[in-house]
Amino acid sequence: MKYIKKVLGGDLRQYTMVLALVVLAVAFNIISGGRMLTSSNMQNLLSGNAYVLVLALGMLMVIVIGQIDLSVGSVAGFSGMVMAITARQFNLPWWVAVLIALVIGVAAGSIHGFFLSKLGIPGFITTLGGMMIFRGGVIWISRSISVPAPQELKWFGAGYLPEWGPKATGMNNSTLLLGLVIIAIFICMQLKKYKSASSLATEKEPLWPVVVRIILGTAIIGYFTWLFGSGREGTSFPIPGLILLILAVIYHTLTQHTSFGRHIYAVGGNKSAAALSGVNVSKTYFLTMVNMSFLAAVAGILFVGRSTAAGPADGTSWEMDAIASVFIGGASVAGGVGTIFATMVGGLVMAVLNNGLMLMGVGADRTQVIKGIVLLVAVAFDVYSKKGSSGFGFKKHSKKD
Amino acid sequence: MEKNPYILQMRHITKEFPGVRALDDVTLEVKTGTIHAICGENGAGKSTLMKVLSGVYPYGSYDGDILFSGEVMKFKNIKESENAGIAIIHQELTMIPELSITENIFMGNEITERGLIDWTAQRTKTKEMLSKVGLSLDPDTLIKHLGVGQQQMVEIAKALSKNVKLLILDEPTSALNETDSANLLALMKELKAGGMTCIMISHKLNEIADVSDAVTVIRDGKTVEDFEVEEGKVDEDRIIKAMVGRSIENRYPEHVSHPGEIIFEVDDWCVEDPDVEGRLVCKNSSFYVRAGEIVGFAGLMGAGRTELMRSIFGKNYGKYISGVIKIRGKEVKIDSVSSAIKHGIAYVPEDRKNLGLNLLDSVKTTVVSAFLKKITGMFLLDHAKEAEAAEEYRNSLQIKTASIDVGVSTLSGGNQQKVVLSKWMFTEPEILILDEPTRGIDVGAKYEIYKLINELADSGKAVVLVSSELPELLGMADRIYTIFEGSITGELSREEANQESLMKKMTITTAS
Repeated sequence: MKYIKKVLGGDLRQYTMVLALVVLAVAFNIISGGRMLTSSNMQNLLSGNAYVLVLALGMLMVIVIGQIDLSVGSVAGFSGMVMAITARQFNLPWWVAVLIALVIGVAAGSIHGFFLSKLGIPGFITTLGGMMIFRGGVIWISRSISVPAPQELKWFGAGYLPEWGPKATGMNNSTLLLGLVIIAIFICMQLKKYKSASSLATEKEPLWPVVVRIILGTAIIGYFTWLFGSGREGTSFPIPGLILLILAVIYHTLTQHTSFGRHIYAVGGNKSAAALSGVNVSKTYFLTMVNMSFLAAVAGILFVGRSTAAGPADGTSWEMDAIASVFIGGASVAGGVGTIFATMVGGLVMAVLNNGLMLMGVGADRTQVIKGIVLLVAVAFDVYSKKGSSGFGFKKHSKKD
Repeated sequence: MEKNPYILQMRHITKEFPGVRALDDVTLEVKTGTIHAICGENGAGKSTLMKVLSGVYPYGSYDGDILFSGEVMKFKNIKESENAGIAIIHQELTMIPELSITENIFMGNEITERGLIDWTAQRTKTKEMLSKVGLSLDPDTLIKHLGVGQQQMVEIAKALSKNVKLLILDEPTSALNETDSANLLALMKELKAGGMTCIMISHKLNEIADVSDAVTVIRDGKTVEDFEVEEGKVDEDRIIKAMVGRSIENRYPEHVSHPGEIIFEVDDWCVEDPDVEGRLVCKNSSFYVRAGEIVGFAGLMGAGRTELMRSIFGKNYGKYISGVIKIRGKEVKIDSVSSAIKHGIAYVPEDRKNLGLNLLDSVKTTVVSAFLKKITGMFLLDHAKEAEAAEEYRNSLQIKTASIDVGVSTLSGGNQQKVVLSKWMFTEPEILILDEPTRGIDVGAKYEIYKLINELADSGKAVVLVSSELPELLGMADRIYTIFEGSITGELSREEANQESLMKKMTITTAS
């Protein structure tokens, strides 16, 4: 146990959900007779859930500042629909349509941000309004009819990396290259971390945990490279998955390595203390809401690309999946707590559940019930394991006498 | 049985908390039909005594007897003391703003008939109670539409509706303006004429002089003075001496300041209360601080010290009315906290847990949190620099923590305060405003913080030290301003200042 702790780096709690994810995936794989961990299924799982995970990235930040955004599904549907309509009716090139969709996302977010940060109306109400407005909007402008999307967009929603080079590798060479690059970055970061840690520490840090970490990490990344790359010809690590990966890295960096990220946690943890430390609270609120709707537009684009048409019901109840992912990832309702990494794990737990139950032939009705139970159990477990430090997700207020 | 002249006798009350003896053999005797004043510094034990009386600390958790109308009382909770006829009006009002006067007065005590509320009876009774306190308001008026003074009156009316025999008012005028205060005092006299007994906890000697029949002074958990007075002839000096009478032990490091030129000036600063329109929390306050000087601010709770400092610190409190800030003789415009920080001002708030810290943060993230720019490269935070800075402060301030990655919520009060001080020293300020920097900290840690404050002054920083502890100010400050009801009422040099002279200026309206 002590050795495991050394390798994983102290805080084991954040790995419990990872462990749950692994157990879930392996269990489904056994029950379904090996149909879970196949190339085609994993490719499907990733491109079929990328849009929810993209929403979860933004939702994590919204929840960290202590707010909630109910409008994301409607905003995603609306911007996707506008994109499809402008491309079709005005014959604009596909990339202009994509830009318009993104601009609509930013505009929607600005409206929410304005009501929240300038007028002080809670995000729950602001975005409840947004949810109705944009859902109504999408039905209105589409006249309740699906609109076909430009063909080029399919690449975003369901595309694959190109095939090239020798066939001797036995897999898609783009995926192989991607895997190798990630492994190289992983090793570099581990070594850099070790170097800076040992320069600060008084006693010499042992080298072996780093070596074990590098071997383990390389093995895991290598396995997924093989899993995604060895499918039938023409398939690879999916494009939406790649977009998600890039966004996750960007948002991890934003939340953990920039002052804006720090401000988000400061505002969510203690608004008054943040204000007295020079944080512009209303600006932080505003930008977080704008970012959320921007990502909603991105999610809308990915989804329309995958389904090759924008439908009037697109995005219905996506906000709930995004919110569930964030809370399964251990974020606190009171704000100030949560990470991108844990949120991605939370989202993947939902995705694996969806996928595994489908493979087992469980209907959508029962899947929904099971997902609800998992959400409750996961959050209850998280609260239980954190008990004493933060109670039931609500901050204890010190009572004044 | 003879007629007992005392409505309340609290005999030999001792109340201990882990490590502290909050009340030590306190005796309080209140005669029926009088107004009895209880005075004492902040933290002297007045509130604890009232909590013992009202059953917040139940019978058994303290030593001593409480006799009410000659009978021994064993209150287990507030409800029981209320039933006996004791009511406390707290400093913070406890009514629900969205409900009407009637609903508030009968909250938890509704007049019902077969399970349903009898509104007519309640309204009639409310009207009667309101007239008793001199209010002619519609009983259906919502509390939020009343001024603070009227709310206080309604609070008293509520107490009267419960057949109260002993009314306790905890700093009743601290939130009121002068007219409302005068009305309240007049009401107290009227109630007394009607046979009511009142206990008034107050800092304001002029008010005590105005209404009280007897005075008890509590200091460090002990009764030090207890005397009856003829109306209007309270010996203020006697009270002041009793309140502060403790000797200053050698709890402050030796220090000689070397003040330089004036670097920080505030002129005619006026700020309005954010909740009460027309009430100024700072009235034409002007002061200055030299480089290398420690300037103290003395004032009792609610005098407006914190409000003044927070409004200076980027207009973080209240509504700015007028006033000018000058740094090194040059007028500067400071409209936000971040611009205050940029101008070299740092403010350590008095409420460490709610305003000073994000309790979810670790030590290192707290240290850099007010000046992230310093550790930001082109775009990204430099985590190595962050750790370096945190380690540096941890060593130089001797912050006792297992590591800089530990959450600040796990540290002791003294170490938390050191982390907060590190956070502000990290911003490289020229002017440091410290609001109650040693509140809730043990003696040893206090000494370390005093040393640190002296070092900061020696390095040429202008230090403003706000404190409710007079010995602390006398031990640390080179010059002391006194504040009373939002006005600066005096300025005393270290040589002129002593506890009596300060207390006098902290409790009297006119600057003399």
